[in-house]
Amino acid sequence: MGKLTIEELRKIREKAKRSTNLRDAQGKAKITVHMGTCGIASGAREVMDALLDAIDRYGIRDVLVTTSGCAGLCSHEPMATVEYHGSPPVKYAKLTPEKIERILLEHADKGHMVEEYALAIGSEKMS
Amino acid sequence: MDKFRSHLLVCTGTGCVSNGAFDVKKALEMELQKHKLEQEIQVIGTGCNGFCERGPVMLVQPEGIFYQRLTVKDIPYLVEEHFLKGRPVKKLMYSPTLKEDKVPLMRDIGFFKDQILVALRNRGMIDPEVIEDYIAHDGYMALERVLTEMTPEQVITEIKNSQLRGRGGAGFPTGLKWEFCKRAQGSPKYIVCNGDEGDPGAFMDRSILEADPHCVLEGMTIGAFAIGAQEGILYVRDEYPLAIKRLRIAIKQAMEFGLLGNDILGSGFNFNVRVVRGGGAFVCGEETALMASIEGVEGRPRFRPPFPAQKGIWGKPTNINNVETWANVPAIMLRGAEWFASLGTKTSKGTKIFALVGAINNSGLVEVPMGISIERIVFDIGGGIPGDKKFKAVQIGGPSGGCIPAELKDTIIDYESLTRTGAIMGSGGLVVMDETTCMVDLARYFLEFTQSESCGKCTFCRIGTKRMLEILTRICQGDGRAEDIPLLEDLARKISESSLCGLGQTAPNPVLTTLKYFKSEYEAHIYNKKCPAHVCTKLLTFTINPAKCIGCTLCTKSCPTGAISGERKQAHVIDQVKCIQCGQCFYVCPVEAIVRE
Repeated sequence: MGKLTIEELRKIREKAKRSTNLRDAQGKAKITVHMGTCGIASGAREVMDALLDAIDRYGIRDVLVTTSGCAGLCSHEPMATVEYHGSPPVKYAKLTPEKIERILLEHADKGHMVEEYALAIGSEKMS
Repeated sequence: MDKFRSHLLVCTGTGCVSNGAFDVKKALEMELQKHKLEQEIQVIGTGCNGFCERGPVMLVQPEGIFYQRLTVKDIPYLVEEHFLKGRPVKKLMYSPTLKEDKVPLMRDIGFFKDQILVALRNRGMIDPEVIEDYIAHDGYMALERVLTEMTPEQVITEIKNSQLRGRGGAGFPTGLKWEFCKRAQGSPKYIVCNGDEGDPGAFMDRSILEADPHCVLEGMTIGAFAIGAQEGILYVRDEYPLAIKRLRIAIKQAMEFGLLGNDILGSGFNFNVRVVRGGGAFVCGEETALMASIEGVEGRPRFRPPFPAQKGIWGKPTNINNVETWANVPAIMLRGAEWFASLGTKTSKGTKIFALVGAINNSGLVEVPMGISIERIVFDIGGGIPGDKKFKAVQIGGPSGGCIPAELKDTIIDYESLTRTGAIMGSGGLVVMDETTCMVDLARYFLEFTQSESCGKCTFCRIGTKRMLEILTRICQGDGRAEDIPLLEDLARKISESSLCGLGQTAPNPVLTTLKYFKSEYEAHIYNKKCPAHVCTKLLTFTINPAKCIGCTLCTKSCPTGAISGERKQAHVIDQVKCIQCGQCFYVCPVEAIVRE
């Protein structure tokens, strides 16, 4: 590494921020992939791999990906929930690598729900 | 690198490391690999998270879930449940007491909730050995701004306007100190970072150096630019090997990036730093002794003036600030003096880091805004006193500080308020004491420390502290005399008046403050030959209440000197001649038949 100019320092900062913004938990949207046994058995792993790959490929910076357990509707797995900043969460069902990529680009990145894959809007009430 | 969906921030500060954090981190990495998750989940070793009591600790981002007291044994289950199946593991989360519910998120935990991080802004968030991590968290942005947009005078004005005061203890205005050194004649000029943290139980500076070494380097570079210095020295005690290691890595990386060395960021400004390891003498925290130590002679204080700003290392103008002060500098330059001055009280701005230790549930490292009360630190952040015991006092400022009793718990953290109580802000040691601490014994302990750390240059510090220690030891052993209290007060005054440096001047503080607030305990020791806190063993007697004793013989078995006798199922007796007041019988008795007085 040679000596930096100010422009180069700024570039490094931008690049490094992309990998650490996860740590600061700042993002406009969060995608939760349900990775219970049922989800994994029906292909949640492939969905997750495709999602992470797409985020990298499109250089999307502020979408966070996390996992959770079984959502209770095992027959509709693989499932994922998208929470776009300021909107109620949306559950998507019977996902494939292709479907999750479209959900990422349209909903998580731009805020337009992909209605044809959506199962429900909102979350269950907690007691 | 961009594909990670989760970051596991494992604390690898010294506290967690001594509880096995490196093993936990290794186990995590292996287990993630086993489940082929290593491409999705990144494990990062960070500096001290602060919640040392619960170490090893780990923060899972972006969820913000906080795991604590992790062991290697927990890891396979944790990885499978949380990181593979997405089910956070409750049993590894924090709860204030066993009875209370678990608190999954770090931001909801009382210990973290009330803290404001300025100097520790990156703790637990970055890998201290990776410069890019620091840069990503706005690192070297302040330096960039200073070098491109500001003159040295403007930098000094900004620091003056922020009203930052030295965090090493005395609280001298930092901007003014810089200005003195800038105006001083002589070349070259030196910048020193004082990392000779010596108070027993204090670890603020170590944690900053371990968690975020670059922020100290950036602060020093900004200071060097303002003052016109080209050489910097980090004086760190040799007992801090991890801090030294991380500092050296940081210096090397900053040199490679051109953020230290010659022509920094193409600005033409040169600044080189090196680490000097201190031998661990308490007195070397005093700035003139520290300079002597850097020069390679005995670490002994000298007369001031001339102040270091006029005649410092090798007789050249030198500016010394402590680690925490330097760590505040980049934050001030980045967010502005006005922002910094908006935190705190009228005379004390910003935040202060404390090492919260002693009889407290959440011991660890806390950064709090100036103006917060001692009560809030002890109860809201510290979680109160363990085991239903009563809060008695705090010792603030280490052996140079003093105790503040529970009645004054409303006292706020502010240089002036603390000085009014007889204690000092100090560098950040905060020892909490409950009813089982004897205040005479406490004063004796701290005096024993300063007495052995006195460099011996000034007569009163050398011999006076020794005499004071003898008197205190005598009182604790039951040989106290009526004239001891006035004698202690007289010696205390003379020692503080006739000592050259802060060590001697402040050495009597623990004695003076305990005498001020707990005189009755001294009197009980001297006149009644009793230790109200049951600490001083020479003043204790153990007897058996025959009405309560069930003759179980447990005490007989536990007694190391065979002082207890009696028939099975009959009341036992303690032979006072053989008894060494160890208290074993008192703790093993199942029916509280042992009377301790």
